[in-house]
Amino acid sequence: MSTLSVLFDASHVLASQRWDEFLQQTINGLTLGSVYALIALGYSMVYGVLKLLNFAHGDVYMVGAFIGFGMIQWLGFRGAGDTWAPVVSTWFVLLVVLAVSMAGTAGLGVAIERFAYRPLRDAPRIAPLISALGVSFFIAYSMQLMFGSQQRDYNAFGIDNGKLFLDGVDIGNVRVPLLRIIIIVSAFVLMLLLWLLVTRTRTGKAMRATSFDREAAAMMGIDIDRVIVFTFVLGSALAGPAGVMFALRAPASVTMGFVAGLKGFTAAVIGGIGSIPGAMGGGLILGMAEAYTQGYISSKWSDLFVFVILIGFMLFRPQGLFGKADIRKV
Amino acid sequence: MSDDRLDPYDSGSLSAPLPGAAEAAAAEGATSPAVGRDEWVARHGANLAGRGGIVGTIQARLASVPWWAWLAVLVAIVALIPVGFESGYVRRVAFDTLIYMLLALGLNVVVGWGGLLDLGYIAFYGIGAYAYAMLSSSHFDVHLPSLVSIPLIVALGAVVGLLIGLPSWRLSGDYLAIVTLFFFQLFITITTNGDDVFGIDLTGGSNGISGVAASVDPLSFFGWELPQLTDAGAFNVAYIYVALVVFVIVFVALRFVNLSRTGRAWRSLREDPLAAEMMGMPINWLKLMAFSFGAAVAALTGTIFASLNAGVFPNTFQFPLLITVYAMVILGGAGSMGGVVLGAIIVNVLLEVLREPGDARYVFYVVVLAGLVAVLRFSVRLVVVLGGTILLGFAVHVITSVVSDRAVAGSPAGGGFLTGAVDRWVVLPDSLGAWAPISYVALVAAVLLLTTISGWWRIAALVPTLYLGAFVWENVMLAKPEPTRYILLGAILVTLMVARPAGILGERRVEIV
Repeated sequence: MSTLSVLFDASHVLASQRWDEFLQQTINGLTLGSVYALIALGYSMVYGVLKLLNFAHGDVYMVGAFIGFGMIQWLGFRGAGDTWAPVVSTWFVLLVVLAVSMAGTAGLGVAIERFAYRPLRDAPRIAPLISALGVSFFIAYSMQLMFGSQQRDYNAFGIDNGKLFLDGVDIGNVRVPLLRIIIIVSAFVLMLLLWLLVTRTRTGKAMRATSFDREAAAMMGIDIDRVIVFTFVLGSALAGPAGVMFALRAPASVTMGFVAGLKGFTAAVIGGIGSIPGAMGGGLILGMAEAYTQGYISSKWSDLFVFVILIGFMLFRPQGLFGKADIRKV
Repeated sequence: MSDDRLDPYDSGSLSAPLPGAAEAAAAEGATSPAVGRDEWVARHGANLAGRGGIVGTIQARLASVPWWAWLAVLVAIVALIPVGFESGYVRRVAFDTLIYMLLALGLNVVVGWGGLLDLGYIAFYGIGAYAYAMLSSSHFDVHLPSLVSIPLIVALGAVVGLLIGLPSWRLSGDYLAIVTLFFFQLFITITTNGDDVFGIDLTGGSNGISGVAASVDPLSFFGWELPQLTDAGAFNVAYIYVALVVFVIVFVALRFVNLSRTGRAWRSLREDPLAAEMMGMPINWLKLMAFSFGAAVAALTGTIFASLNAGVFPNTFQFPLLITVYAMVILGGAGSMGGVVLGAIIVNVLLEVLREPGDARYVFYVVVLAGLVAVLRFSVRLVVVLGGTILLGFAVHVITSVVSDRAVAGSPAGGGFLTGAVDRWVVLPDSLGAWAPISYVALVAAVLLLTTISGWWRIAALVPTLYLGAFVWENVMLAKPEPTRYILLGAILVTLMVARPAGILGERRVEIV
């Protein structure tokens, strides 16, 4: 009898451990996924309005992470080893960092649109794509020229003696650190704001109209240039915070934009490119898939898994989970 | 074109030919457009070609030189390089340029002729190199002779290209680009992590296939080996000749393909896939063929590359290489074989020159000067800009040296006869610190602003921008050749797409709406 009860206890412990691990991976997935969703939104909106794959979007995200790094340094945090000397509260610092990186990347997005894409709006489709590749390369290596190729660590653990990592909410045996909660909540707040903007305002209506049929929208008196600039502002302004959120947890480097861009694009495709809820859903699905692969299968091949998902979607359901099939009009 | 042809109703009956109309038609017969070709489009070429003056004459003369004469000149020059240059470095650059020329020719088939954006192109190059390293090395202890392995690998490249092209049946334009990009990423992931696939060391992981344990065989023909290094340990020039022969074969073969029915079909596919489909062309099959041809050329190039280097490394086959080859094709002119070869030569030589700060300095001033002459011609404005910039430089230098000694305490990087002038003209602080990124961003912003203003404002703004450019080049970019090279490639792509999508030798597109 006693052996049986021991066995029972052991299996109970195992089950709860498994549950804890699953929970842990789910939270990882949600964190990753909200970053991917924010990137995917930028891809998706630009594609919706311009039918252009903005390859430079991943690099806008990278620049956002670097702006955040600069702000954290400037606000008094001095690199590795040191602890945060809070002149102002941690919350305020995080808010300022997010806001400044949003403003910076929004400006960058506008500049990219104005100088690299607008002159090519009526060119053959391959031209803006090549231009986008050039922009992506230009930004990544300009950053390397200015700031070097070494990794930049926010050292977020030093902020308020590790408050962001040690404090948090307990779910069962698993503690969800404050940082992850901040990331997930702020990503959702941003997405909610975007959703309200697109569905409830006149500008949002103009965006949707432009995305539906650009020429018809122009004939209805919508200022297409303004709408496109606004789309780039919104999309890039979401990429900036995404970069900061990523870099709060892992060091930032000038090459981080490329793979992040690919993943954001994958998320947009999974959800159905051009659809805003699709990009959010796609980002979360991709984040979860990656977290579970890393947790249960192998971290080395998790990228491979992501790409296989994408190619599968591309081939068998190019309109994504939430998108509508694209009917080609001649 | 005479007015009466434009408006026939003005001149009475249509059935009765007007006096003089026949002569007009006869006179026009020589230049009249071919059937099915828009008249204005047909004249467009003549308008462009009909440029007068010395430039026009030179252009006409150059255009009348047949293609094989160009090829012969190129072959002669490359063949003489090992004779003229003892330096292993120059020989190696010549070999690399040949490799790039081959890569550009292959990419031109997909992008220039087929009009398909293939971002996985370098993966085919990598597949060729890795396949050679697996079939002819000690890695798996398989040592196929080159004459067996190379045709096998070319066929493999063509088949993989066909498979990767398959999505083009369903996906248009940009989706295809992304699928090929992911295929490239897949290739990178597999090569970097492939040292333990279910316990088998497939690709050697991040160390690649190389070294003593897995050394890759040199090329061998009928049992006659071409060692990668000479007995003295120098670069074996035989590889230049092998690459040259392969280049000539590929060039001639692709030229015939381009002139064939398939070549014409590709071009119509590029111009308008829908119209091509309506005309009964098998567009899906044509796309696959374009992919397959490009992939086969890339794989062939990969074998030569792997055999010379006696190894393959995943770091070679990365995104920057893709951008480099794209920059070559776009700069030379997508669709023009001579153009992409020229593009490959220009870009690779430029990138090599940029490695050495002393040489890179000349590149900057020569390119800026040439650009100014090309845009402003020999005019008063050119004199104003040049004189203004030179005066501004000395003035700024004098003022700065009065204000602070440290601001001019630096010395120019590299050597060359310009260093003395640069030291007196450009402000060279002993260390820039935070001013490096600030000045670079200011330069980019200034150049972008220049494109939005015009007239004398632009001339006025050009002067400080040029000086700022020299400041950034001397202080920031010369010291870091690696990012500088790639920044230039990115800038080349964007600028060409915006300002001159046809590149140097490409045919300009004429849009008919």
